[in-house]
Amino acid sequence: MDLSLKYQDVLSDNKKIKTGGRLNRKTDLGNFEKTYKSEITGIIELTPLEKLFQIQIIDQDERERFSFKPGQFLMLEVPGFGEIPLSISSSPSRRGVVELCIRKQGRVTKFLHKMQRGASVGIKGPFGTHFPMEKFANANVLLIAGGLGLAALRSAIYYVEENRNMFKDIFIMYGTNDPNQMLFTYQYETWKKTDGIKLFTIVQNPDKKWSGRVGLITDLFNEIVIDTSNTHAIVCGPPVMFKFVCNKLNDLGIPMENMFVSLERRMHCGMGKCCRCNVGSTYTCLSGPVFDYWTVMNLKEAI
Amino acid sequence: MIFKTIDKKDFNKFLEILIENNSFFAPQKIAKDKNNKPIYDLRLVNDFKEIDFNYDILKYPPRRFFLPYREAISSFEIKNSSWQQNINYETKVPRILLGLHPCDINSLNKLDKVLMLGDYPSPYYTIRRKNTFIIGMDCDPKPFCFCRSVGTHTVQHGCDMFLIDIGDRYFIEIFSNVAFDFLKKVTTKDITKKDDDEYKRIRRLKAEKFTAKIDVTDLTKILDMEFQSDVWKEWGDKCLGCGSCARVCPTCYCYGIEEKIDLKFQQAEKLKILHACTLIDFAEVAGGFNFRPERHIRLKYRYYHKHRGFVEAYEESLCVGCGRCGEACLAGITVPEVISSIRE
Ligand SMILES: Cc1cc2nc3c(=O)[nH]c(=O)nc-3n(C[C@H](O)[C@H](O)[C@H](O)COP(=O)(O)OP(=O)(O)OC[C@H]3O[C@@H](n4cnc5c(N)ncnc54)[C@H](O)[C@@H]3O)c2cc1C
Ligand code: SF4
Ligand code: SF4
Ligand code: FES
Repeated sequence: MDLSLKYQDVLSDNKKIKTGGRLNRKTDLGNFEKTYKSEITGIIELTPLEKLFQIQIIDQDERERFSFKPGQFLMLEVPGFGEIPLSISSSPSRRGVVELCIRKQGRVTKFLHKMQRGASVGIKGPFGTHFPMEKFANANVLLIAGGLGLAALRSAIYYVEENRNMFKDIFIMYGTNDPNQMLFTYQYETWKKTDGIKLFTIVQNPDKKWSGRVGLITDLFNEIVIDTSNTHAIVCGPPVMFKFVCNKLNDLGIPMENMFVSLERRMHCGMGKCCRCNVGSTYTCLSGPVFDYWTVMNLKEAI
Repeated sequence: MIFKTIDKKDFNKFLEILIENNSFFAPQKIAKDKNNKPIYDLRLVNDFKEIDFNYDILKYPPRRFFLPYREAISSFEIKNSSWQQNINYETKVPRILLGLHPCDINSLNKLDKVLMLGDYPSPYYTIRRKNTFIIGMDCDPKPFCFCRSVGTHTVQHGCDMFLIDIGDRYFIEIFSNVAFDFLKKVTTKDITKKDDDEYKRIRRLKAEKFTAKIDVTDLTKILDMEFQSDVWKEWGDKCLGCGSCARVCPTCYCYGIEEKIDLKFQQAEKLKILHACTLIDFAEVAGGFNFRPERHIRLKYRYYHKHRGFVEAYEESLCVGCGRCGEACLAGITVPEVISSIRE
């Protein structure tokens, strides 16, 4: 009598039902851990702490299938050092090429800052929710960032620039502690010159060279007049900042459901498995990182 | 569902063949506790005689067969500035686990929801789950068991067959086609009215034996209302932040990743290691900021995930009421006590 179990080849069974098209990790078991090999094609030093890495997926087929929406993040693998979540900073209309603005912090990011053009890293993703730009059509848009928050906001800025006609007035507001922390300064002229886009910058601690505004980001609201019944906002930055900003915007008459923030938590997978990014009753990586502010208000310990 | 009965001696013969043909794990005495009481756990069996049918509970949850404490999920071969990724999805032979109690089978069903049935199913888990044949066994409630309060004291699915001891025979609930086909090769009987009555009698007896319980009525809302309650601080003062509770919990699955590289910078390995939400660095981010810096906040989170977050997502609790965390906790923190203190 033979009672031996047959091995079930789960991976090939899964392949048979796999759908084609975009890189879709939600259906393809075999791609769960696969990281797409990519090359660092360019590095721009933005500040002493932050560099912008231009990264391209090497395989042409994978490159063509990779697309993302503003606000989504990816997992960047540096073999031997670790894998970290990073917001995609570039334009969503560029396929298979991403720009990542990375602050030097710990093990992975310090090593990254030593890497040279031509080095190879891995990309998994894109993951998470995005800023619902479609919903903002025919409305005014406030794009508000503090510090490193501009990294996540930048892809939304590209989106509004490239689809300028979709929206009414656009206000970009950006604040940092001191002037030398400002990111992407070389792009400000372009943003300012785009028809219907207004850029406001502000710092808390000016240096001798600074001739712009001084104060908190919320001070900028005194300078603008908007129809709050038809305005959406995206707020990226440290939690303390978006708490102040969102409450102020709500006082001005913008419903919390029309404000979107990007949350940050420790992450080890990006796929709802490691549990580390948990916030309230949900995961930042799956239900976020982009949440509307009403949802955030209802999540315990989100802010 | 299909039910059968089998004489114990026929069943033992059945097991002998299963042991011979497969990689087979069953309860065995593995050590003694400080009161000289035996400790049982699943171990590889080569001979039928090694199985200890007198086991009361399995000290450790069966989770490790699906989610090992530590595993290398992938590796990299690095040459010059380029590298090659090798992914190690498990492809070991199938195996059989004997003796899982209802709480343990239900714990796997809950893990399935996160790791196999939702977005981004994990191949590491799925391959092992689909290739593990499970023979469940009924149990005798212990003073710390409160599975009945969370509805995990019976099995609806999630194993291949489930056994209930009715004297000289086992009453078998057959859950899978594989189990049905296997059982065709040995002598089984269709159930009679008498077996039926005996089954019901035994179930009723079991239900009466539970002493520990928790009240889950409106618990999600009560937990929300008591989010800032001082009760958490009191429990937090007791908690050592050691993570033992998560180590023995059949439904705890959170993990961390560590990457190791050799001195020559040629070989790197990516290790997945189970973590615990009560450990200090659970929610710490680069730069030293910690989203959950205090013990009571982390302990509270453990309860929030089990009894609120998971309930919101799946309409059932993530705790199966096995009581293992309470037994393992050096500070004596038990789920029934914590929940009732929150409700008061
Ligand atoms: C959705 C999202 C978007 C992000 N976007 C950016 C960005 O555009 N630019 C940028 O510079 N940083 C961003 N971060 C933060 C970035 O992920 C951390 O700075 C980075 O993980 C630190 O890794 P490390 O190895 O250098 O630090 P270590 O302190 O050595 O970290 C060890 C491990 O802990 C985890 N970890 C530590 N800090 C964080 C953190 N803040 N967030 C998530 N995981 C963490 C990572 O898994 C990391 O590998 C983002 C984080 C999230 C969650
Ligand atoms: S509850 Fe008990 S077992 Fe869990 S971390 Fe605290 S002291 Fe350790
Ligand atoms: S009783 Fe404790 S160990 Fe058992 S499932 Fe619930 S939380 Fe986990
Ligand atoms: S990053 Fe792992 S669960 Fe969200």
